[in-house]
Amino acid sequence: MTMNRQETEQLIQEVLEVYPEATGKQRAKHLMANDPSLEKSNKCIVANKKALPGVMTARGCAYAGAKGVVWGPVKDVLNISHGPVGCGQFSRAGRRNYVTGYSGVNIFNDINFTSDFQEKDVVFGGDKKLAKIITELDGLFPLAKGVTIQSECPIGLIGDDIEAVAKKSAKDIGKVVVPVRCEGFRGVSQSLGHHVANDSLRDWVLHGRDDDQSFASTPYDVAITGDYNIGGDAWSTRILLEQIGLRVIAQWSGDGSIPEMQTTRHAKLNLLHCYRSMNYISRHMEEKYGIPWLEYNFFGPTKIAESLRQIAAFFDDTIKENAERVIAEYRPTMDALIAKYRPRLEGKRVLLFVGGLRPRHIIGAYEDLGMEVIGAGYEFAHNDDYDRTFKELQDGALIYDDATSFELESFVERLKPDLIGSGIKEKYVFHKMGIPFRQMHSWDYSGPYHGYDGFAIFARDMDMTINNPCWQKLKAPWQRAQAEPLSAAA
Amino acid sequence: MAMIRQCAIYGKGGIGKSTTTQNLVAGLAAEGKKVMIVGCDPKADSTRLILHAKAQSTIMQMAADAGTVEDLELDDVLKVGYGGIRCVESGGPEPGVGCAGRGVITAINFLEEEGAYEEDLDFVFYDVLGDVVCGGFAMPIRENKAQEIYIVVSGEMMAMYAANNIAKGICKYATSGKVRLAGLICNSRKTDREAELIEALAERLGTHMIHFVPRDNVVQRAEIRRMTVIEYDPTAKQADEYRELARKIVENKKLVIPKPLTMDELEDLLLEFGILDEEDESIVGKTAAAEAKLAAA
Repeated sequence: MTMNRQETEQLIQEVLEVYPEATGKQRAKHLMANDPSLEKSNKCIVANKKALPGVMTARGCAYAGAKGVVWGPVKDVLNISHGPVGCGQFSRAGRRNYVTGYSGVNIFNDINFTSDFQEKDVVFGGDKKLAKIITELDGLFPLAKGVTIQSECPIGLIGDDIEAVAKKSAKDIGKVVVPVRCEGFRGVSQSLGHHVANDSLRDWVLHGRDDDQSFASTPYDVAITGDYNIGGDAWSTRILLEQIGLRVIAQWSGDGSIPEMQTTRHAKLNLLHCYRSMNYISRHMEEKYGIPWLEYNFFGPTKIAESLRQIAAFFDDTIKENAERVIAEYRPTMDALIAKYRPRLEGKRVLLFVGGLRPRHIIGAYEDLGMEVIGAGYEFAHNDDYDRTFKELQDGALIYDDATSFELESFVERLKPDLIGSGIKEKYVFHKMGIPFRQMHSWDYSGPYHGYDGFAIFARDMDMTINNPCWQKLKAPWQRAQAEPLSAAA
Repeated sequence: MAMIRQCAIYGKGGIGKSTTTQNLVAGLAAEGKKVMIVGCDPKADSTRLILHAKAQSTIMQMAADAGTVEDLELDDVLKVGYGGIRCVESGGPEPGVGCAGRGVITAINFLEEEGAYEEDLDFVFYDVLGDVVCGGFAMPIRENKAQEIYIVVSGEMMAMYAANNIAKGICKYATSGKVRLAGLICNSRKTDREAELIEALAERLGTHMIHFVPRDNVVQRAEIRRMTVIEYDPTAKQADEYRELARKIVENKKLVIPKPLTMDELEDLLLEFGILDEEDESIVGKTAAAEAKLAAA
């Protein structure tokens, strides 16, 4: 059962006591007990602030946000990691952004393109090398629709004029060339990288076909924004939108492409899944092209039905009827799923610590399975994310912003959740504590989790993790309680 | 083998660091000292008078041509010129691109790794670009490198400001290592009471004016021939000056942690010598139009 607000606040105080005074004072502002009646978070929690030295934060950098999250999934561009080799190599194809196509022919996500900086490039500048790389790449991969220049830290220090290279190279190769100023030392987390990448899309890509009227649009055209197709999420989303009669003309950016992005202006509605990473471009398209945007949630049948109805409400009666029909069609399957898994998961308590969206978005999916989210926190959320979180969580639930590894471990020791959902950096720590764990960035190499099809996989995965017999085997026979006969445990 | 004395020459841009360094090093060589000059300036003009060259091939340029700095050998970059003086230039980018500071760091690391300092040397001179603008240009005064800093200065106001700023930089490294200010070299611009002024500045900084190098056109005549005065015309009076400077450096024992002046103190000194006029607070921020209106009233 969830703690009440006083108990949660008590727990927070106890955990904070371990810190030196100044650190404790700062960290206190990032921890709170949930109050679902709150509308605005800015007086209750501090977010998007630099992590303190000495704590172990789970955050990434601006490059991770720009190259890893936003640009990485775009399938028909060559993302050049401009700088030393490591940033590109260790972020290569790591996020499982699925795409259709032939690697090295018309899709390029799994290849690391880098300017592989050496001392001489730092000293003499890398712009000439960069221009040459772009020309060479264009020759090697003629079907690529563009090139991006993802700045690593040294680029910002030595002042390579990547904008000038982009302009000139774009002319030379006749394709989109996008400079992305996502040097890792900028900002406090990957969140700035999302923003920088959105701005680069706005300034260098979006308007590319504004003069081209050949696109035959329909009243039912929509675009998916903020879905990175991890494990195929965008595809299990797209199916539902098409089933209610809409036409998805662009995916941003999972399995997305430059031409799709440039025709997005014909959409009648932008459907925004990850608010944190793509609200910027959605707002821009609203201003520039008058396209409204709607946040939706495709985790779990309750939220899916809610979202389908909200989406349909933007369109005519046919779409509204279709939405009802689709919801009804999936209901027996969903009911059967829940009937199967709910008895095995009922009452299980979950602690979440993910990026900037899922800690609130996925709560409904757990609740559909009878589970309870007792704590949720973000690595890099802003206050507008917390505004959206309060009403999703139960009263008194624990909320933590940019949680340190000490805090997470302390919370887990005290709350003893049945399942933790977080990332690879956390996984094995909690496995060693004997607690079932799912990676909620990568779906633990499973997925998709979006949509009705995704929910079936989600439910199965949670069951097989929590009810895995391995958790019963963590104690050696002689460590088990006397009352527990060996034969029963075996 | 005696300790190698490592010296760095700093000073305002255009003050004559490279010319002074090469002439005094020629003086040391003439006395039989074994010396190496390390040019730490992307312009790479620290060794031309010794080598009679337009510009020596630099470590960074050769590294770029070869692929990486690891592909180079010491013999590739080290040239021997007048009086057996060994010459290297770190090199660096054209203005406006890349990172010249990193070039200095890379070059000096390379020299250390290749054993350039293990040779039978008496002196190493680092000729460093203008101001210490970033960590790279402080590389020569970090631990185990130059311990004696000479600042080239003249009686001009900005040269003295720069000298004082460099003294501040030395303090930063003096507290963590053994780097010390070894003296001011006055490269005369024939300003009023110049020697007296620089002596006064040196005293305030806690150091001394090690030598006053008068202005003499023979320096330029030698330069046109890409030579030091000592090589071009050893009988010239100016050659004696550089030999004298060299001798004083050999004998110099006055190594101090400088006491940089505050802005006010420096301005007071300049006022005292009539280089700066008393500041009239009443005119600060007044436009020409406002002044005209005031005058009309």
